[in-house]
Amino acid sequence: MTPMLEIAALEKRFGDTTVLRNIDLKVRRGELVFVIGPSGSGKSTMLRCCNRLEEPTSGSIFIAGRNIMNALSKDLNSLRLQTGMVFQGFHLYPHMSVVRNVMLAQVKALKRGEAEAKARAMDMLDRVGLAHKAEAMPTELSGGQQQRVAIARALALDPKVMLFDEPTSALDPELVGSVLKVMKDLKAQGMTMLVVSHEMGFAREAADRVVFMDGGVVVEQGPPEAIFGNPQHERTRAFLSRVSSHA
Amino acid sequence: MPGIIEMFFNLDIMRQSLPLLLGGLWMTLKLCAVVIGLGLVGGLFLSLAATSPRRWLRWPAMAVIDLMRALPPLVLLIFIYSGLPFAGVEMPAFAAVAIAFLLNNSAYYAEVYRAGLQSLPRGQWEAARATGLSMPQTLRHVIIPQAVRNVLPDLLSNTVEVVKLTSLASVVSLAELLYQANMARSVTYNSSPLVLAAAIYLVLLWPMVRLVSRYQRKLSI
Repeated sequence: MTPMLEIAALEKRFGDTTVLRNIDLKVRRGELVFVIGPSGSGKSTMLRCCNRLEEPTSGSIFIAGRNIMNALSKDLNSLRLQTGMVFQGFHLYPHMSVVRNVMLAQVKALKRGEAEAKARAMDMLDRVGLAHKAEAMPTELSGGQQQRVAIARALALDPKVMLFDEPTSALDPELVGSVLKVMKDLKAQGMTMLVVSHEMGFAREAADRVVFMDGGVVVEQGPPEAIFGNPQHERTRAFLSRVSSHA
Repeated sequence: MPGIIEMFFNLDIMRQSLPLLLGGLWMTLKLCAVVIGLGLVGGLFLSLAATSPRRWLRWPAMAVIDLMRALPPLVLLIFIYSGLPFAGVEMPAFAAVAIAFLLNNSAYYAEVYRAGLQSLPRGQWEAARATGLSMPQTLRHVIIPQAVRNVLPDLLSNTVEVVKLTSLASVVSLAELLYQANMARSVTYNSSPLVLAAAIYLVLLWPMVRLVSRYQRKLSI
């Protein structure tokens, strides 16, 4: 079966600096793949290449079998509807109510009618446990609530893949759980997800596969038990021991 | 003392010159409507060009903004009204004034908008583009509303300046408020019409000035 997301021979250079080197990665339908690695390892850049927020220098990215690197800028907008992205900093639109945040791209990019978009937005907000905050402004919400709205905003567009860029890194520890729970529910419902995160406990518990990146390359990947229990590479071992000594 | 009241606050003369001054006020308001209305739009486009990542858009826009901000508006006005006819380009006073002040004023509005656009975090762009919104949609629904809100006091403050600027149009005999007041002064040999004109400007602008201060106080909290 074609993977839902496939990254092939991806390279990214900023000037003379190569930040991603020959990345190959496949995410199957319904799979949750976790990307870990030290900061500066290129994890976020790789994720951002998947919807071309970052323009790859070379290589291919297939979403449901279609190479998005071939898309011209006009098609790119519609291709971006197939990937939902959640950012570390939430990036809700502060001048719109919560429900308007979730409706905007539905109406403008997907061309759904107001009523349909609103119904869908309420469904999604309900799914992340925030239907009662629909009319609130983003600044009235906690960080965890804002991030759940951001997830709802992405989900409302019926993406094929969800990309999470350190979704809990900006949250107070007591708020992390609510976001992880939403992600776990998503997985249970069969969503395909690529997650860059430092939540090792969550990776152990929920990931189908863990990918360890360092210095712009994929060092190793495998099921969480293998990566966490018996890492093959010295670099992986060094990183994991550093992380666990801080945890 | 009675001499001063007679010369500056002569109610009889004010009453007589009032119709003339109201005609001038109407002209001032028409001029403001054109210069402010088009300036707000022109300034927005200039600022978008000036903040564009595309160099061929950014550089000319920056050049226009710099030039128009460095050039005294009165010089520009006299050049357009009295200089251009030598090149065969003649136009009525109203058009010359509107064009000169529009050029000047768009540049000032553009600088204000630019501050607003640059105050927004990149994440707002990325979030919008990641959900499939096009560049114009992102600008219209996400970026511009926030940028404008962030610089509303400065936009308002610049608008006050524009209203004051229109009094320069008297130099090219456009019958706006100051011109008409000065006319009334020379006919009546009395300065009261000028005092009346000043009072009209004050009534017009004072609420706006108040509003700017209130806004700025609110934002600084």
